Amino acid sequence: MSATPATTPGRGSLSAETSAARAWRWLREHAVNIVAVLVVLYLLIPIVVIFVFSFNNPAGRYNFTWVGFTLKHWAHPFSNSELTNAMLTSIKLALLATVVSTIIGTMMAIALVRHKFAGRRIANFLIVIPMATPEVVMGASLLSFFLILDQSLLGFTTLLIAHVMFCISFVVVVVRSRLIGFDRSLEEAAKDLGAGPFTTFRLVTFPLILPGIFGAAMLAFALSIDDFVISNFNAGTTVTFPLYIFGAAQRGIPVEVYVVAMLLFFVTVVAMGFATWQQRRAEKMTAIRPEQEESDIVLPGIA
Amino acid sequence: MSEAIRRRISAYSLLAPGTLWLVIFFVIPLYFMAKLSLDVEIPGTLHYEFVWHWANYKEALELYDTQFVRSFIYAGIATLLCLIIAYPLAYVIAFKAGRWRNLMLFAVVAPFFTTYLVRTLAWETILSDESPVTEFLHAIGLAPSGHILATGFAVIAGITYNFLPFMVLPLYASLERIDTRVLEASKDLYASASSTFWKVTLPLSLPGVVAGTLLTFIPAVGDYVNAEFLGGVNNRMIGNVIQSLYLTQNDYPAAAALSFVLMAVIMIVVFVYIRFAGSEALMGQEAV
Repeated sequence: MSATPATTPGRGSLSAETSAARAWRWLREHAVNIVAVLVVLYLLIPIVVIFVFSFNNPAGRYNFTWVGFTLKHWAHPFSNSELTNAMLTSIKLALLATVVSTIIGTMMAIALVRHKFAGRRIANFLIVIPMATPEVVMGASLLSFFLILDQSLLGFTTLLIAHVMFCISFVVVVVRSRLIGFDRSLEEAAKDLGAGPFTTFRLVTFPLILPGIFGAAMLAFALSIDDFVISNFNAGTTVTFPLYIFGAAQRGIPVEVYVVAMLLFFVTVVAMGFATWQQRRAEKMTAIRPEQEESDIVLPGIA
Repeated sequence: MSEAIRRRISAYSLLAPGTLWLVIFFVIPLYFMAKLSLDVEIPGTLHYEFVWHWANYKEALELYDTQFVRSFIYAGIATLLCLIIAYPLAYVIAFKAGRWRNLMLFAVVAPFFTTYLVRTLAWETILSDESPVTEFLHAIGLAPSGHILATGFAVIAGITYNFLPFMVLPLYASLERIDTRVLEASKDLYASASSTFWKVTLPLSLPGVVAGTLLTFIPAVGDYVNAEFLGGVNNRMIGNVIQSLYLTQNDYPAAAALSFVLMAVIMIVVFVYIRFAGSEALMGQEAV
């Protein structure tokens, strides 16, 4: 990548260079790499801080300054029942929101990529616009809606409705990109061999877009379990993990929060590693052409 | 039934659940909020009456114009900082990282795996008075003297950090798509490294710049977690105002009016920006 050949003619004078000049040149050539490494460190600092402070033994209620090392919070991360219940609520909510939004979103993505119909532009617009709306506005408008309908609705159900709502768009975007880079001839082959539309979908299409669906589901889960703003508006008295933290922030955050956050981090990392491995395997199994453009050409007699 | 009709029916039935969900729980609520923003409270009750009360808008904006303007300034500065910080990283991942590429991409998304609020709490520790980072920032004169927490500096720092991945990922996606032969051609034609960058690489990465700035700016304007945890009374943003009007003061009409103005102003800013930057830059871009 470096410009070694370009500098070769100047080799003779190189030895005359002082070491300071050489160091300066090295710095100049690698400046952008150095900056990139610094940015990576910057991105990782808070994660390290969370990890370190999960071993802290704070004197008071506030876990903001380092006091001393202890393993007691890691030994009993679920000793705080309020926190544990909030976490369980979050996991349940995220699982349900993921299942619903992944199914609905995948169906939408298939319709958008595979079918031509009136109102396609509107459907696309409807998917993009929630992603371009600030969360406060979405949370506030949904709360207005529930307040006018029936205030007693607020709780787990309204949270689920809200989470599915903001996850759908992301699922569609991810699954759609997978469908666009899809080799249609495999489906045609299945049909030529006498498979009906459902058999083709079950045995060919679905397994091929599965990594995309899996990726979308992971994204939906991550968005849901981490959501604070929209949940804050629509939770009623239900408490999720982020809502618990927000409530606890005023009276002091228990160290267990840091432990649970780190556990969540490690689980996500493992799940992402697994997803990447799955994707690689799927790509090896089939020749997917990512460059292939979305084509609406349907050969006569196949459709 | 003809084949074409059957295909159309299957298209609409695939589309129906998602479309209905988005219409019922995204579009219709916006309508209800619009209605609420023109309501007036029936005195003594907690009920509201729709009377086209436009004064809600005027009153809300007069009361909270400072927070409104502040949100746009903070988000604007943070977006610019994100662009400056993210570009070198995205550039290195796309062109120079080699076998480190996946590891660096992992580092970009890793902050997402820690809970947003916990991440922001970590910044409360990092920017606290005793922290070495605070001492360092003071030593090099980058931060205001005295406390860093409860200042605009801290809020902008938090926003910049929290939304940085939204900038890096689209930038990386557009840089990675550049055909390296174009860069070689530029070198063959005796362009210096810097003019290759300014005349070839940067213009070709503009779609990523546009997508990244939008993905950072829009959530940043509405954010109130950073202002809540890292800011003080003088750093409240419009998100803080909206949430406290809705959830603690129960002044729904004013809160709804502010939400609407926020959404409208963002749409105008985005529209002007896309017009200015070229709309094709945004469309073909996949966010994640």
